[in-house]
Formats: sequence, structure tokens, C-alpha cells
Amino acid sequence: MTPRGLRRTAVLAAGLLLLATTACGGGEEPTGAADDGTTLTLWTRAATESVSRAYADAYNAGHRNKVEVTAYPNEEYPAKLASAAGAKALPDLFAADVVFAAQYASRGLWADLTDRFAAFPEKDAMAPSHVKAATWEGRTYAVPHTIDLSVLFYDKGLYAKAGLDPAKPPTTLREFAEHARKVDQLGGDVHGTYFGGNCGGCVEFTLWPSVWAAGGDVLDDGGTHAKIDSAAMADVFALYRSLYEDGVAAPASKDEAGPTWLGALQAGTIGVAPGPSTWLDALAAKGIDVGVAPITGLTGGESTFVGGDTLGIGATSGKEAQAWDFLAWTMSEEAQVGVVAKNKGVPTRTDLAANEHSSADPRLVTVNGLVAKGRTPYAQNFNSSFNDPQSPWLKTVRGALFGDAATALAEGNAAITKSLQQG
Amino acid sequence: MSATMTSPPRDRAEPRHAAPRRARRALGGRRWRALVGAAYATPTAVVVGLFFLVPLVLVGWMSLHRWPLLGKPTLNLPDNFTGIADDELVESAVWFTLKYTAVMTALLFVVAFGLALLVQHRRRGVGFLRTAFLLPMAVGFASASLLFLGLLSDEIGPVNDLLSWLGLVDGYVSWTSGSPETALGSAVVLVLWRFAGFNMLVLLTGLQAIPPDVYEAARIDGANRWQTFHRITLPLMRPTIALVLTVMSTGSLLAFDQFWILTRGGPDNSTTSLVMVIYREAFVRLDLGSAAGISVALLVVLVVVNVVQFRVLRRRSE
Repeated sequence: MTPRGLRRTAVLAAGLLLLATTACGGGEEPTGAADDGTTLTLWTRAATESVSRAYADAYNAGHRNKVEVTAYPNEEYPAKLASAAGAKALPDLFAADVVFAAQYASRGLWADLTDRFAAFPEKDAMAPSHVKAATWEGRTYAVPHTIDLSVLFYDKGLYAKAGLDPAKPPTTLREFAEHARKVDQLGGDVHGTYFGGNCGGCVEFTLWPSVWAAGGDVLDDGGTHAKIDSAAMADVFALYRSLYEDGVAAPASKDEAGPTWLGALQAGTIGVAPGPSTWLDALAAKGIDVGVAPITGLTGGESTFVGGDTLGIGATSGKEAQAWDFLAWTMSEEAQVGVVAKNKGVPTRTDLAANEHSSADPRLVTVNGLVAKGRTPYAQNFNSSFNDPQSPWLKTVRGALFGDAATALAEGNAAITKSLQQG
Repeated sequence: MSATMTSPPRDRAEPRHAAPRRARRALGGRRWRALVGAAYATPTAVVVGLFFLVPLVLVGWMSLHRWPLLGKPTLNLPDNFTGIADDELVESAVWFTLKYTAVMTALLFVVAFGLALLVQHRRRGVGFLRTAFLLPMAVGFASASLLFLGLLSDEIGPVNDLLSWLGLVDGYVSWTSGSPETALGSAVVLVLWRFAGFNMLVLLTGLQAIPPDVYEAARIDGANRWQTFHRITLPLMRPTIALVLTVMSTGSLLAFDQFWILTRGGPDNSTTSLVMVIYREAFVRLDLGSAAGISVALLVVLVVVNVVQFRVLRRRSE
């Protein structure tokens, strides 16, 4: 071959190589190619740290890539992410509360995963409300990471003492109130129920399912208009308000801002109360014979708030292929059953809801079965409108439960809508 | 002070008819000394420039823009400033911050001055008291806030148990979020505990700088305790009082930790300070431009307050 021919061949070969590399970047590479011994940083919040660590440990054991998990206190986590984004120093992977996903996606904090996710074989089985939450203007930015559902916990021991059947949890919200009143009559330290009356996130997580179960709605699909000024919402608030006013709900419910919520339920003095499904173990560990039931509507129906975290690749990472290798692995059957279900978690894949581990505990079957019935609200300004302590939602909640209930919902609806539409 | 440092009396004593050559050498010497002075000042200037002036200019620049976390900022003057006027939360936070500043500054000053007067003279046990009053300063403010949150908690803290044992409270009381008054009260007690000792120390140095012979003269003239305090202690303490009041009011206007940790701004936004609103704009709404806008407005207020305070107190002391 002439030197010129050699050069031409070399250029052609280089071109082909470049093409192949580009194709790999497009997400069609076999997972092995991206498992090249890279160290990946993963940030998460304390609430879901244990699940992220379990994923990382199992992945690290079988891969050359290494995932290093760093967890931050729940309240400080959004600020930490914002500072890192401002400094263009986001981690390779970071999880976010699913209700904040739309905000992070819209601000470009995550890398665009649309093509990679579209090529993922089981994409349709991924928890649909989580996938929607991490979608902004038709593009996918994160995948479901952990699932936490709101359920009704009841203390079977207290039920028996109060003359209620421990095998029959409430099937309507009215029945829930009746049961709570009955348990409350035991007196002493025992109270009928408990809720986070000074915590926007706690109230939306536990009260909205009752609205949804009754066929009501809280937000429009685009997340720009509040719909809380409804009879369904007013009924739910009125019921909880009467429980508080009659002393059936523990008095600390009014001031519960979140941090001592679990502790109050763990005390073993609360009859029946809604809470996060991930607390099942923590309650059982305190020796409470805890029963699990779906949250219901005023006269029937059941629903749940599909909470938890979504996980995406930091926009400033530069290790997208390796990070995707981890993400794709977390969605595999190996991880979903071998890590999540094994640790009594809710699989993020609906096709794996029934598995060898969940069938061992009927309570987990109840929990897993709720994913399909539940919802995840979607709004770009969700945090500032609902979860933040200074949000208009918390003001509305306080008014509806402890203040002027007549005007709270109407005024709150306008204020929340204004906040949702803020640029 | 700087005048005496840069031009010592020896220079000024030079005879006017000195030879031009000597004058040139003196000029060179002065220039040399100026250079040395500048070299000494450089590290401070660099630190101040890097960590104060640059961020200050950046905040001012950000306040004129819509500033995303990632991506290019776009000019949106005056949206970040007009937005402040429309925001109800800002309005309530301004009133609360002013109320808190007034209450806190007055109480902290009275307590700190009282403590300073108490431990002014060397007596038995004064050393112990001084240390005891100053000790809370050794605890970080955020840690102190968490400590109070724990102490005042009905679930885990001993305060409620103690008070109900004494018969002062009955049943469930939430100090940090039960009512706006108790929430503010618990923050005020925390700040008093944490800062009274330090301000006592500053006031104490002022008290001890007053020459004893002035008091002696007053005693000979037959002045009673109140007259001594009113006519001697207070006027001679004015520069120190000006300093302490400025530090106190500035600190109160910038209050954040105590409310962020202890009350989370509640109940019902009743203890949301202005800095908490800035934090919310930046880290919850992710609107850095708006956060910068409020910061600039707060900075202007702080400058005005400090200038007025110093003018009033200094003029009187002169």
C-alpha cells in the first residue's frame, strides 16, 4: 500500500472508531463497556439513604465501577444541591424527592436520559407516576429510585383492648374516625390518632389520598392550578379537625413539623394513623403489633401518595455512560428483587410487585398492591408551594385544621395557584 | 491613628531650608515607607477584596438578572426589586424582623449591661461568674439552637417536666411552635443565653476604661449611685454602647439560625425572618436573582441603620 493509501486507510479507521464511540454514547452499548472501574459519586437525602446504600453495595460487589453514597439531612439537601449546581459541581448521580423532580428537571440539573430510557426494555413497567414526575417538556431526566407510600397503620394490641377486631382495619375514612374515637376512650396516655399538623409534606402525603379515593383532585395535570377548594378536600379536613378538637388526636398533632412524627407513632400510644410505608419495620421493631391498611375516602375507595425518590445523572458529571450503567442496573430484576424486595422495600417496577420476598409478609402485599392505585402530584413549583415551611399550603392546612376553616381553602387555593405559576 | 503611623514627628521637624538632595532622599524614604505600609496592608486587602468586595459586587450584579443555577443569566431589571413589594411573605418578614430587632436589642443590652455592672469590681467569686456568663459563647450558635430545640421539646426535653413538677404549666405545651409569642420567646431566651456573656465582656472593657479618679471626684462632690451612673458611667460608655448596639441590631436584622432551627419560621410564618425569605428564594424557589435583590435591599437598610446609629451616638459622645 502506498503511503497515501495507508494514510487514507488510517483516516477511515479513525472515522469508523469515532462513529462507534458516538454510537456508544447514544446508549446502545452493552452494559459491560461502561463498567470500566470508574468511581461514581451519588448524593441522596437521609430519608432514603439506606436504600441507596443497599443498591450501591450490591452494585459495587459485582461491578468494576464503584458508587460512593453521600447522604445529607433531609431539610438541608435541596440547598446542598442548589449550591452544587451553582458551582457546576453536581455529583455524578443524585436522588431527589419525587415531588421535586419536575423542578430539577426543568432547571436542567439532571442530564437528559430520554434516549437511554427509551431503549431500556422494561421501561413500561417502571412506576408510571415516578416516570412522569421526572419528565419535563416530553424529555426524561431521572428514573424511579425508591418508593414510599402512604398507608394506614393501626395498633392491633390497642384495637383488641378497645373492643375492636384487630383483623378489620377501617374501610372508610368515617370508620377510621370511629375506630380512633373508640381507642381514645382507653384514656391515659393513649390517643386515637396522630398527624403532622405543622408539616405541609406530612399532610399532603396522608390526607390527599383520601381526596383521591373519593374521586377528588388536588392539582391539575400541568401542576399550575390548585384544586383544593373542593367539597372532597373540605370533608377530609373537617374530619381531622373534629378529631383534634375532641382530643382524639394527640395534642402534639398541632405542632408536629415532621421530626418527631415517627417517634410519636413508635410510642405505642396511638390507635390508628396514616404514615409512610417505610416505617413498617421501625414500628414493628418497637414491639408494636402493627397492622397495615390502605388510606380510604370518606365513604370508601382507597388510594395512596406514591412518594419516594427518583435518581438521575448530574448535568455536570461527564461520566454519563458509567452512571447510566448503574441506573440501568438498579432497574434490573436482580436489583429490584435481590436488593429492594429483600429489604422489605417496594419495587419500583410494577411487574415485580409480587415476588418471593413480598409473599412472605401479607402486609407487604397490601403495600405493593397500592402502587397502581396511587398518584404522585406533579408541579414545577411543588416545594415552594406545598412542602416548604413558608409555603401557602401549610398556611392553608393550619387554617383548615385549627383556624378559620371557612375561608382557608378558598384563600389558600388562590395563593397556591399563584405560587404554582410563579416563574 | 494612621496619620501618626505614616508621618512620624521626626519628619515634620525637618527644617524648611534643608538641601534639595536631602528632601529628595526624604521623599524616597517616604515612598519606601509607603510601599512597606502597602505591603503590610496587602494580605488584608486581598482577603477583603476576595471575600467581601467581589461577592458584594456579584450580589449586586445578580440582583439585576434572572439568574438560573445552570445556564446564562438574562437581564431583568427591575423585576427582582418590584417582586419584593408584591411578596406578602417579605412584608410579614420585614415587620417581624424589625419587631425582633427592637425586642432583642433592648433585652440583650439591658441583660448584658446588668451583668457587666454585676461583675465590674473585683470581688470574691467574680471570676467564676464572668466565666459562667461567657461560657455559652463557646457553643456554636446552630448547636445551641439544636440544644434548645431538644430541651424545649415536649417529647424528649426536661423543661416541660420540670415546669409541670413545679406546677407552672399544666398538660401539653409547645414552646417552639405553640403560639407566635412562645415561639418568639423561646428564640429570645436562646439568644440571651448565647450572647449576653459576650456583650457583657465588651461592655466590661468599656466600664474598666473609665478612670477611677472620675468616680472619686464624683464621690467627693457628693454624687449618689444613680447620679454617678447617669452622669459619669453612661456618658463615658457611649462609644462602647454604640459599638454593642450596632453589633446587636445588625445581628438581629440578619437573624437566621435560631428561627431556622428552633421554629422553622412558624407557627403560621409568625417567626419568619428576612434572611429566611432570602434562603427560601435561593434554595427552595431556586431564584438566585430574587434572593440577591432582597439581599441588596437588606444591605441598604443595614448601612442606613448603622450610619444613623453611629452618627447619633458618636455626636452625643463628642
